[in-house]
Amino acid sequence: MNFLASTWVGIWLTGLGRIAMLTRETVLSLFTFKARWRDLLYQMYFIGIKSQSVVIVTGAFTGMVLGAQTYFQFHKVKMDTATLAVVSVSMCDELGPVLTALMVAGRVGAAIAAEIGTMRVTEQIDALRTLATHPVDYLVVPRLLAAHAALPLLTLEAIAVGIGSCYVVGVYLLGIDPAFLWDNALKYTHDVDIVIGFSKAFIFGGIIAMISCYKGMTCPMGAEGVGKATTEAVVYSSITILISNFFLTLIIGKLVGLL
Amino acid sequence: MIEVRHLTKSFGSQRILDNVDLQIESGESAVIIGRSGGGKSVLLKHLIALLKPDSGEVLVDGESIIPMNERQLLRVREKFGMVFQGAALFDSMTVEENVAFPLMRKKNFTQAEMDRRVAAALDMVDLPGTQKKKPAELSGGMRKRVGLARAIIYEPRIILYDEPTTGLDPIMSDSIDKLIIRVRDQLKVTSVVVTHDMRSARRVGNHVFMLHNKRIHASGPPEEIFASQDPIVRQFIDGVADEKETIL
Ligand SMILES: Nc1ncnc2c1ncn2[C@@H]1O[C@H](COP(=O)(O)OP(=O)(O)OP(=O)(O)O)[C@@H](O)[C@H]1O
Ligand SMILES: [Mg+2]
Repeated sequence: MNFLASTWVGIWLTGLGRIAMLTRETVLSLFTFKARWRDLLYQMYFIGIKSQSVVIVTGAFTGMVLGAQTYFQFHKVKMDTATLAVVSVSMCDELGPVLTALMVAGRVGAAIAAEIGTMRVTEQIDALRTLATHPVDYLVVPRLLAAHAALPLLTLEAIAVGIGSCYVVGVYLLGIDPAFLWDNALKYTHDVDIVIGFSKAFIFGGIIAMISCYKGMTCPMGAEGVGKATTEAVVYSSITILISNFFLTLIIGKLVGLL
Repeated sequence: MIEVRHLTKSFGSQRILDNVDLQIESGESAVIIGRSGGGKSVLLKHLIALLKPDSGEVLVDGESIIPMNERQLLRVREKFGMVFQGAALFDSMTVEENVAFPLMRKKNFTQAEMDRRVAAALDMVDLPGTQKKKPAELSGGMRKRVGLARAIIYEPRIILYDEPTTGLDPIMSDSIDKLIIRVRDQLKVTSVVVTHDMRSARRVGNHVFMLHNKRIHASGPPEEIFASQDPIVRQFIDGVADEKETIL
């Protein structure tokens, strides 16, 4: 037992167990606790509004480069007008949610872990507890709710900007016929693609908030500890997003197939 | 009433507290003295269950707080206020928001009432007009006093002070001592004060506990402790260091 606990498998499993406990505590708190609007609004502002520039740039350049590359390949087989359809479907299903989530993980995940980690090493979390405030109620719940709300909206923004910029590049730079381009895009992009992107973004928001809060709350003591927690929050969030994206694609694909 | 029974705590292989017993009556002010690094802060954190012991019990008003989870502890902690050794102010908030934090959770205060109380609490610790400052703009001693204001503003029934006067000038120390005594007498608060300052220990305490070598070495009313002939107690009170032979 002790041998197992000291190996990296053991450490990994312990971490998983702890993060599950934190999630359970958070869900319980969601049902019983009325989150303070002020905190929630501030987190939404920080996670949602402040992330827009990053997300818009990501969406725009991804849309443009994907559009250009698709055009170069499709032009060889005279399918130029299908370019936007490809970009629109891949932005909605995969690139929109994943790239948005990765960018937000880098920006917001790091900030959350550093803030909560610093609060831990300077005993501010202990001070919260002595003031009869549950750290999960006060720190985790507003961030989780804000991330859940912000990520789908940011993703939608990235998708729209990506498709728009691809359209501009396609029509004005590459000279594709705009009517056919747009018509094809509408024909091959279905409502379900938007739903897929939306649900993935919702889940990724939870992943970023939970992992970053967890890393902050379990931050090792000292300045080095805060640095380590911050790095790990970003790395683990990003990896988890990429891995879970694959399984989400499979699961959602199956579900959609059944419907 | 706070009761500690057979409390034992280690960090890793390092034993900090070994079978500590103590009892603090309601309305009494207990002073805990002991060497630096002797485990006074650790003991104090056990009283409010910020740390859980390896074995032993802590009872607050007859209720064992060790088996409780964080959520059950919220109710018990409503009774407590704590002043941290390092102040532990929320550094993203202003002084005003820090001090008002405990009030904000009780929704039945108007803004005006809250402002009035914050101003009164800051006056008590001699920091009028600092409402809009951030903790980073304050000196160490000022921060500690803001921490004190935050702990007393909601009139808890038990207040734990971790070295409230360390790092303050003699006049300010005196005024904080008087504040602790006033709070105790007017609000009938149970206070637990950890201190190195023998003068304040003598003035503030009804009961002195000396922590030495991982356990309570001596306990009793201040007169008794300060007149004690026990060599360890004497050495501590007189502040005599053991001779050291070598210089590097
Ligand atoms: N979180 C912790 N992890 C590991 N060791 C700790 C921890 N907290 C305290 N210790 C150890 O416990 C011992 C007692 O620490 P404590 O802070 O209680 O001392 P203290 O009596 O309050 O000293 P001082 O008067 O200097 O504040 C120290 O040796 C310290 O190294
Ligand atoms: Mg201490």
